[in-house]
Amino acid sequence: MIEAQSVSKRFGSLLAVDQLSFSVNPGEVLGFLGPNGAGKSTTMKMITGFIAPTEGRILVYGHDVENDPIQCKQQIGYLPEGAPSYGEMNPLAFLEFIADLRGLQGAHRRQRLDYVIDKLALESVLKQNIDTLSKGFKRRVGLAQAVLHDPRVLILDEPTDGLDPNQKHEVRDLIRDMSNDKIIIISTHILEEVEAVCNRAMIISRGKLLADDTPTNLAARSPGHNTVHLVMGDSSQAANLATALEQLDPVSAVERLDDGLSLKAIPDAGQEILPQLQQLLVEKGLAPCQLYVQRGKLDDVFRSITTGARP
Amino acid sequence: MNAAMILFRRELRSYFATPVAYVFIVIFLLLAGSFTFFLGGFYERGQADLSPFFSFHPWLYLFLVPALSMRLWAEERKSGSVELLMTLPITLLQAVMGKFLAAWAFTGIALALTFPMWLSVNYLGDPDNGAILAAYLGSLLMAGAFLAIGACISATTRNQVVAFILTVVVCFGFLLSGFPLVLELFRDWAPQLLVDTISSFSFLTHFNSISKGVIDLRDLLYFSAVITAWLAANVVVLDLKKAE
Repeated sequence: MIEAQSVSKRFGSLLAVDQLSFSVNPGEVLGFLGPNGAGKSTTMKMITGFIAPTEGRILVYGHDVENDPIQCKQQIGYLPEGAPSYGEMNPLAFLEFIADLRGLQGAHRRQRLDYVIDKLALESVLKQNIDTLSKGFKRRVGLAQAVLHDPRVLILDEPTDGLDPNQKHEVRDLIRDMSNDKIIIISTHILEEVEAVCNRAMIISRGKLLADDTPTNLAARSPGHNTVHLVMGDSSQAANLATALEQLDPVSAVERLDDGLSLKAIPDAGQEILPQLQQLLVEKGLAPCQLYVQRGKLDDVFRSITTGARP
Repeated sequence: MNAAMILFRRELRSYFATPVAYVFIVIFLLLAGSFTFFLGGFYERGQADLSPFFSFHPWLYLFLVPALSMRLWAEERKSGSVELLMTLPITLLQAVMGKFLAAWAFTGIALALTFPMWLSVNYLGDPDNGAILAAYLGSLLMAGAFLAIGACISATTRNQVVAFILTVVVCFGFLLSGFPLVLELFRDWAPQLLVDTISSFSFLTHFNSISKGVIDLRDLLYFSAVITAWLAANVVVLDLKKAE
């Protein structure tokens, strides 16, 4: 388990991280969300022991990152931002170097190397200089390095940046595969990524924690969440239904579109209207041509939280 | 295996994976050879020893060693790989030692490749091989001192050119600290004790006796102390600057 206890980081006059406290348990895939410069990377650098907090402390499975750095670093696999590595090496030599520094030996070393090379599809470039590889391959070499020693804690700074959609999909599968018994923290500003792999999301802006919830709950804070869109067969049916819908308790507003056939039922915050709507349709013997329920968009919530506007 | 040794192996290999190693070795051998024969008057002296060869080493190192040391940390900081290295289970001291020893071993290889010089002098006459061995040892130690200075300065910047120039200047100061050029800067205002201390810091004075084959424990201690001090400073600088 990772515990951050009122951690702050100051660079000169800039307060990059401001009194951040949280804890993460095994099995959690935590997504750090935030605009550029929000303090995501700085927080990750502090957890991995690359920089020391100005105030507060961080414990990784009970070990203080500052006082017991080697113990902590052994438990952590880290992909720094931009996936740096040694360009003049080839991926095989690079991974072997990491395996040695991680203390992997014998058959286990061989098996872990084979595993990551296979998982990240590096076989075809093993003997090429890392400098000459594409951005996607460099990123995968960085990921391979991070997961090589099967760490209990995995910290990935923008793990899918620069990957094509197929590669993104594979990396997300990899993260999900490993998420059972590990602590995984990823930072990203791709919101679909949070919805795809994370079971917890923290929105950080200007070094402050603004929201900490499951991605689903966060999305539900979006204003359009659970709005029902309907298209009826003719305009009299639409008018009829609109009047009836306005009487329903959880409905806050009904909007009719210009075509006269479409309407939109917006619920009160946090309410669902679909069950009552269905009952209503049955009672009135109406059959809509189209019906769909709009899900909240993390995008909207993210934007409203990080720009200070109300959702 | 110790983390410093693992890093040592990686670093030493990386020299030979890039043109750095070959350029360095070829230039070093060419310059060492031509200085010995043309400037040092190797034949004209008519003596079977290698002092014309060794006497140019401080000047060769002055420009070649900073070229080697400038990339040690500046490159890691520039490419961001320092973040990777420093979050692996390796201590600052191990990292500093691994990199320094690899660079030192590399200069050792370059130095060892000057062995045809030793063969020539043995073919031409009957030199004191003990003295030559001592001079090689002294030269290697002095290269280590230059490297330790360069490694520390390399950690202060992300820019290799800046690291190179600063290292040349600092090394030049150390080379000549026994000479008026440097001493005059201090003589007017500093106490005599300080001036004496500075003058005793000269690489040239300490190397001079070793290059003639005289091993004085004080000279060995001096170079070891310089290396230790600059490596310690390297650890501190790295800790402060690595994330910038």
